[in-house]
Amino acid sequence: MSNEAVLHASVGAHHEAHGDEHHEHHQDTFITKYVFSQDHKMIAKQFLITGMVWAVLGGLMSVLFRLQLGYPESTFPWLQDILGKWAEGGKITPAAYYALVTTHGTVLVFFVLTAGLSGTFANFLIPLQIGARDMASPFMNMLSYWFFFAASIIMLSSMFVETGPFSGGWTAYPPLSALGDASPGSKSGMDLWIISMALFVVSSLLGGLNYIATVLNMRTKGMSMTRLPLTIWALFFTAVLGVLSFPVLLSGFILLIFDRNFGTSFYLSDIFINGVGALPNEGGSAILFQHLFWFLGHPEVYIILLPAMGMVSEIMSVNSRKPIFGYMAMIGSLFAIAILAFLVWAHHMFVTGLNPLLGSVFVLLTLLIAVPSAIKVFNWLTTLWRGNVRFTPGMLFAIGFVSLFISGGLTGIWLGNSALDIHLHDTYFVIAHFHIVMGVASMFGMFAGIYHWFPKMYGRFMNNTLAYIHFWVTIAGAYMIFWPMHYQGLAGMPRRYYDFSVWESFKQFGELNQFISLVAMIVFAVQLLFLFNFFYSIFKGRRVTTLNPWGANTLEWTTPIRPGHGNWVGEIPEVHRWAYDYGKDGKEFISQDTPIGADESHH
Amino acid sequence: MTMILITAVTVLIFLVIFQIAKATEYVGILNGEEKSRKETNKINGLLMVVFLVLGLIGVWYCNHLLFNKTLLAHDAASVEGARVDSMLWVTLAVTGIVFIGTQIVLFLFAYKYQEQDNRKVYFFAHSNKLEFIWTIIPAITLTVLVVIGLRNWYLFTGEPPKDAMVVEVTGKQFGWIFRYPGKDAAFGKKYYKNIDNASNSLGIIWEDELSHDDLVMEQTMYLVKGKPVKLVIGSRDVIHDVGLSHFRMKMDAVPGIPTTLWFTPKYTTNEMKEITGNPNFQYEISCDQMCGNGHYSMKGVIEVLDQEEYDAKMAGQKPYYFAAFPDKDPSNTKPIVADTAKVAATPAEVSTKVIAKN
Repeated sequence: MSNEAVLHASVGAHHEAHGDEHHEHHQDTFITKYVFSQDHKMIAKQFLITGMVWAVLGGLMSVLFRLQLGYPESTFPWLQDILGKWAEGGKITPAAYYALVTTHGTVLVFFVLTAGLSGTFANFLIPLQIGARDMASPFMNMLSYWFFFAASIIMLSSMFVETGPFSGGWTAYPPLSALGDASPGSKSGMDLWIISMALFVVSSLLGGLNYIATVLNMRTKGMSMTRLPLTIWALFFTAVLGVLSFPVLLSGFILLIFDRNFGTSFYLSDIFINGVGALPNEGGSAILFQHLFWFLGHPEVYIILLPAMGMVSEIMSVNSRKPIFGYMAMIGSLFAIAILAFLVWAHHMFVTGLNPLLGSVFVLLTLLIAVPSAIKVFNWLTTLWRGNVRFTPGMLFAIGFVSLFISGGLTGIWLGNSALDIHLHDTYFVIAHFHIVMGVASMFGMFAGIYHWFPKMYGRFMNNTLAYIHFWVTIAGAYMIFWPMHYQGLAGMPRRYYDFSVWESFKQFGELNQFISLVAMIVFAVQLLFLFNFFYSIFKGRRVTTLNPWGANTLEWTTPIRPGHGNWVGEIPEVHRWAYDYGKDGKEFISQDTPIGADESHH
Repeated sequence: MTMILITAVTVLIFLVIFQIAKATEYVGILNGEEKSRKETNKINGLLMVVFLVLGLIGVWYCNHLLFNKTLLAHDAASVEGARVDSMLWVTLAVTGIVFIGTQIVLFLFAYKYQEQDNRKVYFFAHSNKLEFIWTIIPAITLTVLVVIGLRNWYLFTGEPPKDAMVVEVTGKQFGWIFRYPGKDAAFGKKYYKNIDNASNSLGIIWEDELSHDDLVMEQTMYLVKGKPVKLVIGSRDVIHDVGLSHFRMKMDAVPGIPTTLWFTPKYTTNEMKEITGNPNFQYEISCDQMCGNGHYSMKGVIEVLDQEEYDAKMAGQKPYYFAAFPDKDPSNTKPIVADTAKVAATPAEVSTKVIAKN
């Protein structure tokens, strides 16, 4: 019996009722519909799928370098088959190890968790949830994707350069990143890295300006800013952060290009390279780059995290069948985080010889972020309290997000306090901290979003059983990988070490490293299960048969099951209330386009 | 071969999982979607508690296995490091309580308020009182942590005590160079364009007479127990970092911009061997800032000695000036014969090596 027949035996009659592309004003060809599409929903899917490709590549890279860390004594002949001279004799070389670490970081931070996360959901949700037919500029939106695509291609091509891809860490600190003589990875691999990143900045600026313009100008009638779902608020602040900080990163890169290629000394001073001799550059400051980098780099953390927070707030409220607790406080804390995001960058630089007074200001501002973060956590917990919780896959990942955000956020209090950071800086403690709070937590936000809005994207459901396996293995695995790393950090174990065997102080974790590597491989395999579920369900998943399968209030669920370009068939609905009237006056939910009833209570 | 096997097994497991998943979906639909949804809801609700309990046990077990492998298992090796540790414990207490409390609340709420047919949700949109409470309490707690932290921060980054000895540390790809000021307690000036790996690894300006008694050593730095030491840190090429995990200290080595760091060693290396129970114990300097493909091997060693041992050690060291200008070395001028013999021996050695190779 075919999947389709079993799943839809009872609903066959409905199929025709939901014709796919109503209301098309022009003839779509394959090219305009799937490739150079200007439909925000298609662009969102393009971002999502490109992000997935990068997530697989980036994840695979981590599996490869975890092989070296977990099994430093072993050789894997098949590695040589894949990597050639980079794994001579089946053992990854230090150069390859550092290239993998660097590319893993760059790709996951920028390509997966920035483009793949906010690129996908800002594009998909902003017009649908504010009640707009498309973005303010669909053409710029399309360009935003294609700049990202070009950046991807160039980053990918840097893997095949003879001297190898860039290998100086994703933060690309000069002088290491500026001097090809100091590290082979800083030769043409680095040129490609910078070009790719520059294109990426262009992509995110085009996207970000569009998101801001759309949210501010294209809300439907009645959709005041304080009636926006929290997803939109989060995506809005994300876009503002990106627009204000990415240009600073680009300026940092431009100075780096000058230092690399045109003999300037912005970052270079007093350098003697073995085998080359003293360089002529004098008077530059290597620390200047770090200021420029982290002026983006820290907001970037929130660019990654805020969309996840927004989606989690929405999904949690929908599936608790209860309003989000403290809507205004949620917006206020998002705002506070967005402001503080610009004022804390130097906490990445406590051990660079920063002026102590300046350092103390950054300590204060950094720990201040814990206050809005705490507000958010307690509000999420209160949202669950006395709710009626449905554990949809989206909801599970939302709960997982909160758990991870707490765990990783609390260690931020350790690292943000400079005197303690001196000890823990650049150890595995930091790896544990940011992977849990930013990496895994945001991935969970992304998974929550994908599971929750998949029915809107493709008109079908993903398989729940696979989703449950995916969730439970991933959350358990994520903790098993990163929790013990706190202990490695408390042993002082430094990041970015290819091998610990010569270190009397750090070599006691052999078994643990093996365990972590093993779990990492299992977790990676389970993500493949998720990908399979995703692509299988696009074509074979259970069909969505009702307009509003989750019983949610937001406007995207008032569109047809498979909305065409333009989203609504007739008039765009008018909005009469906020997005969180769940369980009000005994009603299960009240959609945003329902007018306020005469006898309705106020809250 | 094993690779093919592993892949085959993985694919097989995938297939099985997929078939089960598909079958569950069929069964669910045949039994009525709403009913099977509620059943899985119960299972996931239960798993919330299971995860919470197993997770907390896991946290305990992880600590049980790993605590003794961390630095916290014994004292910090510097006076200032002890302050880092006590601050760490306070922070751990605060964050630990919050961690356990919120995780329990999160998963228990999820379990307790799982969907039930007869439950009426409580429409609870906001409460100024609650929100005020959980703004103020974290703010106060954090203020306490900030105060502790900043007092330490100003101590660590402030001026070292007057009697502190000074050592200059220079990072290079991939090793460390240490310079002591010698008897005059002052370093000679240096300029990076004078660097020459053979005779002047730091680029010292020999015209500056303060440099003539400077001692230069590689790989091992000698310090005195109980005597504060100020490190003046620099780099010859890219950014490095002087990581001193046992002393709980760390500072970047930046080319062109000197940085400083000070601490007071509390135990000699030999005492630490006893304290840690590790006969091979060393105070290691790890490079903690990515500096190239040899980053992981950029190791230095600190040997902390008693004052007498230290004095004896230093008395045996020759100023670097004499390595660069052997003819200026007073000890070389007297036994001329021995010296020429030594010089003569060197080419002879080389030639024997060449012969041996052939």
